[in-house]
Amino acid sequence: MVNFDLKIQVMIKIKQVHKSYITGQNSLHVLKGIDLEVGAGEMISIMGASGSGKSTLLNILGILDNYDSGEYLLDGIKINRLSERKAAQLRNKMLGFVFQSFNLVSFKNAMENVALPLYYQNVPRKKRNLIAMEYLERMGLKDWAHHLPNELSGGQKQRVAIARALIGKPKVILADEPTGALDSTTSLEVMDILQEVNSTGITLIIVTHEHDIALRTQKTIRITDGNITEIIKN
Amino acid sequence: MFEIDKWQEIYSTVRKNKLRTFLTGFSVAWGIFMLIILLGSGSGLENGVKEQFKGGATNGVWISSGQTSLKYKGLKTGRQIKFTNEDYKAIKTTVEGYDRISARLFLGNKLISYKKEYGSFFLSPCHPDYGYIKELDVIQGRFLNIIDINEFRKVAVIGEKVKATLFKGADTMALGKYININGVIFQVVGIFRDYSRNDDEQKRVYIPISTAQRVFQGENVINQISFTTGNASAGEADLMINKSKAVLAKMHTFDIEDNRAINVWNKNEEVRKFKALFAGIRLFIWIIGIGTIIAGIVGVSNIMMIVVKERTKEIGIRKSLGATPWSIVLLIMQEAIVITSFAGYIGLVLGVGLLELISKNMPPSEFFRNPEADFSVAVMATILLIMAGAIAGFFPAMKAAGVNPVEALRDE
Repeated sequence: MVNFDLKIQVMIKIKQVHKSYITGQNSLHVLKGIDLEVGAGEMISIMGASGSGKSTLLNILGILDNYDSGEYLLDGIKINRLSERKAAQLRNKMLGFVFQSFNLVSFKNAMENVALPLYYQNVPRKKRNLIAMEYLERMGLKDWAHHLPNELSGGQKQRVAIARALIGKPKVILADEPTGALDSTTSLEVMDILQEVNSTGITLIIVTHEHDIALRTQKTIRITDGNITEIIKN
Repeated sequence: MFEIDKWQEIYSTVRKNKLRTFLTGFSVAWGIFMLIILLGSGSGLENGVKEQFKGGATNGVWISSGQTSLKYKGLKTGRQIKFTNEDYKAIKTTVEGYDRISARLFLGNKLISYKKEYGSFFLSPCHPDYGYIKELDVIQGRFLNIIDINEFRKVAVIGEKVKATLFKGADTMALGKYININGVIFQVVGIFRDYSRNDDEQKRVYIPISTAQRVFQGENVINQISFTTGNASAGEADLMINKSKAVLAKMHTFDIEDNRAINVWNKNEEVRKFKALFAGIRLFIWIIGIGTIIAGIVGVSNIMMIVVKERTKEIGIRKSLGATPWSIVLLIMQEAIVITSFAGYIGLVLGVGLLELISKNMPPSEFFRNPEADFSVAVMATILLIMAGAIAGFFPAMKAAGVNPVEALRDE
């Protein structure tokens, strides 16, 4: 099917996605039929109270979790009950993650952390370390390349994590409370970087509960109790 | 699967988790070390006892005359049985399957001198085959031969220690010299070494039995008949012994069931008993050894469990970055295998080293000498431990690889 529409290409499309968690005899219906479309190169934020289902949605978008019913297309690829192997390959090629708690490997230095996705693309060590250095330089962390994560500040850690998310040349970056553990000045710096990343054409989805962070995205999606209740253009 | 990059990945995690690596390695190294020491001690014990059996063919049978203890055909008990040359000939011609045969005469210690040197040594007249039966090592000259017997030659084969006593100073060449045995002159034709641990057996003088009977005794009495059973089985050897008993019982009219009329010493059987004993000891060592290895396995699997638990978050990160489950399993397992094989090797080297040290510095005692580890067994044990490490690492690794990255990353 050829798309004659002049609308920008759709990167993420989910239709009527449901997800329940079964804990013992109770079933917790977390996502109750989510519909969402994110265009390529868009930068959106997802807001909601804790327990509203926003993290679950992000995990499904990141192919870290399965959904029960509905449909999810990532860049036209149908994502449904993939094998672990296939899911891993897609994550590696298509997605980048930025977490609130940074999730750097504690015994690897900044450069090795950044290079890790390339390890799973079978890029030779020397080459991937060289590429990692380039990305660190872009983040202004060249001098910190050989430091371990616990020798870095929170902002520096998050910049390392962003470099790691970028190195695999993903189409989408998913950020789960990327500024949640940072002070306001550092938060602004990180958001500047993320906006810069977005300007290179990478789709960005940020989960946050901070309004001024959400305001810096193009669209804010509010989730309440497993449903999308509001879509605000900023 | 085994490209250099993976090894570098393992090396970097090992280097950065030194304590964990050490703890894992230590239990393995200790297991192998203990196994080597155990096996070495077992072989030391076995070597020690084997040493006790030296000096005398392991398939030898010695039959000596004794006193009857059972009444038989109207004859009273307590009769002294006296073997003669006729008995020797009878056994030689009627018993089948023996390898070598010799009679012996016991004359006790005699004064033996050469020039001004003298000593009291055990005189042991015998047939030429006795050198083989007793496993004597003739280091100079020759042992007795059939011509010595037939021609009643006055020749003697003396022990190394006898030679050392009689031939001193400038006169060290003993071969061809004439020695005085209880007043009769004999020519030394050979010098032997006896590997028996009994010192007295090295201080003997062997002379032809025919000469001894003529010179020292004047009759045809002998005291002992011995033969080797060749490569006969235990059952065949018993048959030979029973046949000999029957021959002797008939010639001397005693009950064949009378165990005191003649004494039979079957070395075959003694060796068999010790072989059974050592089979038992070896089994015991293996049970302990396997126990030690199981302890090692439990240690490794325990630590691998902790490793996986500790690395759950790291595994989650790797998965979110695109690691396949199989690559996670291999990562954990290869690390376990590398650590166990390396540590096992260290334990092996230390164990073998300690055994070497012991066997070099410890004087060989009666029942313990040359502890040595069977190297192939040690290598087998190491391979077993590596496999155990892999198995121990496999299940936790599978579990870790199956963990949902969402939960792994939430795990703070």
